[in-house]
Amino acid sequence: MAITAGTEPVFHLEEEHAHAEGGSTMLGFWLYLMSDCLIFAMLFAAYGVLGGNYAAGPAPKDLFDLDLVAVNTTMLLFSSITYGFAMLTMDKGRVAATQGWLAVTGLFGLAFLSIELYEFAHMIHEGATPQRSAFLSSFFTLVGTHGLHVTFGIVWLVTLMVQVARFGLIKANRRRLMCLSMFWHFLDVVWIGVFTFVYLMGMLR
Amino acid sequence: MSAHDHAADHGHAHGGAAHGSLRGYLIGFVLSVILTAIPFWLVMTGAIDDKQATAIVVMAFAVVQIVVHMVFFLHMNTASEGGWSMLALIFTLILVVIVLTGSLWVMYHLNANMMPGLHDMRQMP
Repeated sequence: MAITAGTEPVFHLEEEHAHAEGGSTMLGFWLYLMSDCLIFAMLFAAYGVLGGNYAAGPAPKDLFDLDLVAVNTTMLLFSSITYGFAMLTMDKGRVAATQGWLAVTGLFGLAFLSIELYEFAHMIHEGATPQRSAFLSSFFTLVGTHGLHVTFGIVWLVTLMVQVARFGLIKANRRRLMCLSMFWHFLDVVWIGVFTFVYLMGMLR
Repeated sequence: MSAHDHAADHGHAHGGAAHGSLRGYLIGFVLSVILTAIPFWLVMTGAIDDKQATAIVVMAFAVVQIVVHMVFFLHMNTASEGGWSMLALIFTLILVVIVLTGSLWVMYHLNANMMPGLHDMRQMP
């Protein structure tokens, strides 16, 4: 590969092309997750600042049910491990098992969302709406944004299950499943912050 | 080394870093369950009398659990993507720390110093 006089170094271009074939997707997706992490950091900061302003309204102790939050956390934790199993079966190329684990993951995700929506509905029914106080505004924004992420994660999961059903575990689908894996586990990491910072610390206040 | 070899090598290193093993997932899961159950138990039963101390312990458990998730579920290590994902993570963490501590610190002092009438009330007999 010696460069003789007058020869353009075309091999650089070829290498660039070979690299762009999905090779940098994981790093790109990781950078997206980091920017998403910053969104949550802003919302956590807002909650940290405003979380004590009850405007003579209900406080965390009056609203939160830790048993419910514990069940919710368990759902998300189970969905994380089942997604892990989906990735392991994907590595072995077993389509049916992968689909099965993905479905179980989606069901755990749905259970999480249902419990969260039940909690929100219960709070709003008691008059603890987002308009009630700065604490509730920041609470609903933070926890709601996380719930919205989970919702889109489930939409993405169903989309990928259809993709896998139609085209099998082709390279592109594996790459997509790996991106969703990072997204899903990332949401679990954010939830650790939510249940610690919002629910557990809220009960201690 | 041709472009093809390079791509193949890259793909392999990548696959190994990003997937993990059954053992890794199970260790991560068991650790997560323990690290979740203890803080919930501490807050629900009030095992530690001092609320401040409970809060610090609960936060410490959260930090450990986040690291566990990063390592066992997100497969973070210094080698993945040639170190770039770790660099991005460190940069993000620095920003998060600045945002959180900065906001809380500034707004705490704002509340403490600017609350109308608070100082006067305190100085009243």
